[in-house]
Amino acid sequence: MTLIIKNASKTFADGTHALRPTSLTVGPGEILSLLGPSGCGKTTLLRIIAGLERPDPGGEIRFGNEDVTRLAVERRNVGMVFQSYALFPNMSVRGNVAYGLKVRKVSKAEQTRRVDEVLALCHLTDYANRPVTVLSGGQRQRVALARAVAPRPRILLLDEPLSALDAALRDSLRDELAAMLRQFQITAVFVTHDQVEAMSIADRVAVMSKGTLQQIGKPEELYRNPASPFVARFVGNAMPMMGQREPGRLILKGGELTLPNDAQPGQAFVRAENIHLDPEGALRGTIETVSFSVGHYRLGIRDVTDDILIATHPGRQAPRPGDTVRLRIAADDLLFLVDKNGQTT
Amino acid sequence: MRPSPSWLLQLAVTLLTAAFLIIPALQSILAGFTSNYFRGLSSGLTLKWLGEVWDLYAHSIFLSLWLAAACLFFTLVIGVPAAYALARNPGRLSRVLEEFISLPLAVPGLALALALLQLYGSMSGFRTSWAFILVGHVLYTLPFMVRAVLAVLLAMDLKTLEEGAATLGAAPWTRFRTVVVPNALPGILAGALTVVTLSIGEFNLTWMLHTPYLKTLPVGLADSYASMRLEIASAYTLVFFVMIVPLLVAMQWASDRARRITQ
Amino acid sequence: MAHRIFVSVCLLPLAVFSLAFLALPLVRLVGASVEGPDGWGIYLQILQTRRYLQTLLQTVLVSLAVSAAALAISTTAGLFLARNHFPGRGALLSILTLPLAFPGVVIGFLIILLGGRQGLFNQLLPGHVVFAYSLTGLFLGYLYFSIPRVLLTVMAAAEKLDPALEEAARTLGASSVRIVTDVILPGLAPSLIAAGAIAFATAMGAFGTAFTLATDIDVLPMVIYTEFTLSANIAMASALSVVLGLATWALLLVARSFTGTTVAAGG
Repeated sequence: MTLIIKNASKTFADGTHALRPTSLTVGPGEILSLLGPSGCGKTTLLRIIAGLERPDPGGEIRFGNEDVTRLAVERRNVGMVFQSYALFPNMSVRGNVAYGLKVRKVSKAEQTRRVDEVLALCHLTDYANRPVTVLSGGQRQRVALARAVAPRPRILLLDEPLSALDAALRDSLRDELAAMLRQFQITAVFVTHDQVEAMSIADRVAVMSKGTLQQIGKPEELYRNPASPFVARFVGNAMPMMGQREPGRLILKGGELTLPNDAQPGQAFVRAENIHLDPEGALRGTIETVSFSVGHYRLGIRDVTDDILIATHPGRQAPRPGDTVRLRIAADDLLFLVDKNGQTT
Repeated sequence: MRPSPSWLLQLAVTLLTAAFLIIPALQSILAGFTSNYFRGLSSGLTLKWLGEVWDLYAHSIFLSLWLAAACLFFTLVIGVPAAYALARNPGRLSRVLEEFISLPLAVPGLALALALLQLYGSMSGFRTSWAFILVGHVLYTLPFMVRAVLAVLLAMDLKTLEEGAATLGAAPWTRFRTVVVPNALPGILAGALTVVTLSIGEFNLTWMLHTPYLKTLPVGLADSYASMRLEIASAYTLVFFVMIVPLLVAMQWASDRARRITQ
Repeated sequence: MAHRIFVSVCLLPLAVFSLAFLALPLVRLVGASVEGPDGWGIYLQILQTRRYLQTLLQTVLVSLAVSAAALAISTTAGLFLARNHFPGRGALLSILTLPLAFPGVVIGFLIILLGGRQGLFNQLLPGHVVFAYSLTGLFLGYLYFSIPRVLLTVMAAAEKLDPALEEAARTLGASSVRIVTDVILPGLAPSLIAAGAIAFATAMGAFGTAFTLATDIDVLPMVIYTEFTLSANIAMASALSVVLGLATWALLLVARSFTGTTVAAGG
């Protein structure tokens, strides 16, 4: 089922523009992630798709050829996984998963068959008759997913499905969730503020900020060709290199970088993984902080540009705070970005 | 949104219920100002009945205010330290003790009054003094004070706060004064307003414990209902409303505030 | 161990007060109940005396009816007010919670104003509609007393329900009636049980309302009162008080195991 959003916007009664007019299309079976910091409008957009909020006049939501803008949520046939999971505490796992089928008056035999099937897909068969209150966080999340997909919804919506879990569990469940979503082959939209989560689960990622869609694309595209300083910062933590731009070169506090001939105009950005320690490097800086993170060092380096630059250093040994180091940044690794919509970078 | 039949039914139930609750209260207010209730408003409005209430029952009103103040004092002195002790020892024994002092919420006032009368009724000096009624009021309102303060104390990390104060050199009494009580203030305020509201309105215990010379406001009300004309009874009820309604509003405000803090 | 001593000192006033004015009097009450010629047999006598049994039954029935009616009315109104926001809602809510602080005597008087000989109904429909001094009047008085308490409990519980539960049910296709029966009422159940139990227990022990209505209806508190003051049958009054106290206390204890919070009772 194709999901088409045209000009959907939302202004709340108090005048806040939670969502500026937004249009996007999600193809059949595609998994789209809405990524952005809190308050960027991603949850509002999700709730508009679900029918829990109504868009401002002029907005339109289509499921395939059907205009569902005015269709009540209970008739829209969407599945939704809530951030808190919202499992019904008065029902067992099976009762929760069967609920959507029950209210649709699906026959008992068919209910049992479908519930068993979904429980198996979500590795919940052994828990079918337990009360939901005794389940662990990960199990609850799977029940919420199973409940949402059991009625075979046209669109599956997930609101921060992993955020209620602790960090260790989140990592392991991320790939599991991605695999399960692919299995269902349902068009899915999920909201997250975690770039790793968005990139590892979704086919395409829509980056949002301040109620506006900033950029939409495959994870690699967003990383390699961010359209704006905001996207560059939010996806892959790009850092600005403040300095003086001259034809063919960039003059920084800590030295000069030669720029490729076809370099775009705009502010230069670089990512931590692209800054290398190299005695022959063109830039010079002073180590401010050193910390060891899984498998590599994180170096905070000052005096290269105005702000401190973070560099990841995979070597076995790290320089010490106060050391002066030379750095190499490949010209191809620089991003040149212009702030088009006047947002602070 | 078009109102559905079930929505209209709910609205009707809500409005009818409100009417059931407010109409007799309005009637009583009106009757208190009407010259002759049987002849209706056409008989004219008057403050005469309020004046008579003042002549007949002013001492009851003052006795109730005095009792409420004394009751507040004792519930504070007994209840606040007790709530603190219960909060610091959240064991089984504390639960039992809390349950025990909450008995007056569950056991009807009449039964408690009978119990008090049979143990202390023969001590005539005590039996005939206002202190006897006060005991009843403290007994009945104390659990409200303890629970209100306890709820606030349990919601914060009292132990760590106190340990913090102790590492800075504060002795137990200093910690109680400077850390425990200030942090428990929302609960103390909510409890205090509840105590005063309930004390002023208490009838079940008071009726059994009072003597003809010591009539509280609600006892006077019962008296006026039984033996005075309807207008005086209404005017007296009106006086009661004027005293109790602001207290109730303040009590609900303070309790909501305390509840928000404990969440 | 200055701290332990301090905590014990804090508990001391409470311990002294509740020993002197709660524990000992209650012991004395039980003692007084068996000082009659029958000793402990007095409790058997309650069960064998038709009048007491009938009173007990009547009190339980009125209280049950009050709890059921208060639950039905207050749940409807409480959910309505919790889920709808409209002009005048605040005023309506104030009206519905105002009687919280009215003691039973005052409520008795208000019922007389409604249904007494000079009451509103008898003025509108003269000659026929006097219900204040009957079981109906008592029932309405207890209902008046209980509605605000149950209403506040229901609204507090409704506020605590996760709104996502209702949204989840809607995304799964549930109608609004199903949402109420499948999600909201089960979610409120513990509070409803507790509120119903409180309404029941208060009605069992209510004295002021019955006293003001001055009815000939035998409800337990009135019988205790007359046994004590008119018949001077102290043992029986005490025994009936013990039975009444134990019943209401046990009931509330059970109810409180369902939910921690209860709305303040009142005189």
